[in-house]
Amino acid sequence: MQAILPYVINGISVGGQYALIAIGYTLVYGILRLINFAHGDVFMVAGLVMVYATTALPMYVALPLVLIVTVILGFTIERVAYKPLRTAPRMSVMISAIGVSYLIQNLAFYITGGVPQPVTNPIPWISENVTIFGESTKRVTLVTPVLTIVLVFALVYLINHTKIGMAMRAAAKDFETAQLMGIKINAVISMTFVIGSFLAAVGAMLYFTNYPSVAITSGGMPGLKAFVAAVFGGIGSIPGAVVGAFIIGLCEEIIKGLGYTTFSDAFTFALLIVVLCVKPTGLFGEKVTDKV
Amino acid sequence: MLKIENLHVNYGGIQALRGISLEVPDGKIVTLIGANGAGKSTTLRTITGLVKAASGSIQWNGEELLGKSIDRIISEGIAMSPEGRRVFPDMTVLENLKIGAYLRKDKAEIEKDIQWVYQLFPRLQERSWQLAGTLSGGEQQMLAVGRALMSRPKLMMLDEPSLGLAPLVVQDIFRIIQEINRQGVTVLLIEQNANMALKIADLAYVLETGNITMSGTGAELLVNEKVKEAYLGKHNS
Repeated sequence: MQAILPYVINGISVGGQYALIAIGYTLVYGILRLINFAHGDVFMVAGLVMVYATTALPMYVALPLVLIVTVILGFTIERVAYKPLRTAPRMSVMISAIGVSYLIQNLAFYITGGVPQPVTNPIPWISENVTIFGESTKRVTLVTPVLTIVLVFALVYLINHTKIGMAMRAAAKDFETAQLMGIKINAVISMTFVIGSFLAAVGAMLYFTNYPSVAITSGGMPGLKAFVAAVFGGIGSIPGAVVGAFIIGLCEEIIKGLGYTTFSDAFTFALLIVVLCVKPTGLFGEKVTDKV
Repeated sequence: MLKIENLHVNYGGIQALRGISLEVPDGKIVTLIGANGAGKSTTLRTITGLVKAASGSIQWNGEELLGKSIDRIISEGIAMSPEGRRVFPDMTVLENLKIGAYLRKDKAEIEKDIQWVYQLFPRLQERSWQLAGTLSGGEQQMLAVGRALMSRPKLMMLDEPSLGLAPLVVQDIFRIIQEINRQGVTVLLIEQNANMALKIADLAYVLETGNITMSGTGAELLVNEKVKEAYLGKHNS
């Protein structure tokens, strides 16, 4: 048991990072019924911006800058690549999303010259070592789940108790009727991209401090894992995405702890296949209540 | 006053409206009757801006509505209770009413209007915390009407409020439509239940395949032979 503990702690932390990305997928899906394939790349860009910004600027400027740049990127992607396709078939929007994903990767290739950018202790405080239950670990491992939970509660409050949250819920259910209430649908959609990108940026800052470098493909794996988490939890559902992400993070790390490191990725994707076969709506997926 | 002139609307290659003109004077109940696919809903949807017109004009108190965004049109005092009610099923009754006042900022007045809607529909007050999706059809229709009222409209448009409801409930709804009208709200009502609609209407228009073929007061059309035959059933009183 003692031997598995550090893996559990790690798993919760990794789960938190996945959750921050997964919410972006699930929010956008909830409102546009679109899998935003560019989301993982937005995450990667946030990592790159962090590397550049923290080497050039003091931390209290650099970190907000990462958030702002990422949010602007998410907002712009929606306006440029998805909004013009609002009345197009869903398949067209999805292909546009794949296009954006490659575009971002290639722009990043152009800027970085294809060289992975080394992460050199960008946020020293969270990389310090701390001891928990007799295990030594980086502070980020503890900060991540706490920050994730705080942000999730803030988001759930926003959605359930504010006017913009009410507009988001209405738009997610019924575009037309939401518009009849006077809700500006494009503003609501932009808002979901802003929130999703903001959370991905936070996730990226926590995630990449644990890694030696950011490469242009670095968004791929965490993006995919978070996507699986969102599907596992029931895409469209925020609690689902969070629970799914923590379960996947924990399972992956525990599998590593048991000595099957090679299989930890395979487990996640096998899980996706099983979920899609057995319960496609996921843990907390929308009940389809088509009332005539 | 709402004034529609020579309105053409194309819908996926079909001419849904072929140059209709009609007027909805302030303080009146105006009804638009016609068969399925005649263009009734399209007319309402074009007024709210959900559907784009090909040509013509829709003037609201002398201001052109065509080309304006939906939220602008709603903010000018036009509200619609859509066909099939379309309440937000995962929101409570109270939340559905609050979202009807989405564009308003006067909190105290919104609270008053919620009480006003509860007075009109006591059933909604009893079910205030229930999710709208769990309401019966009639209650959902009441909620849809109440939700539209929450924007304090000058013009209230109702698309088939009687659809799929029991006769007693329909009478209730129509009684409240008249009550709303007495309180100063202009009503534009679309109905397949022509008998009920004509009885309460000051003015009525008959729509057939995108054209207005007849118009007059509600009482005139009620006794009109052609209307009787096509929309009321011959033996209807």
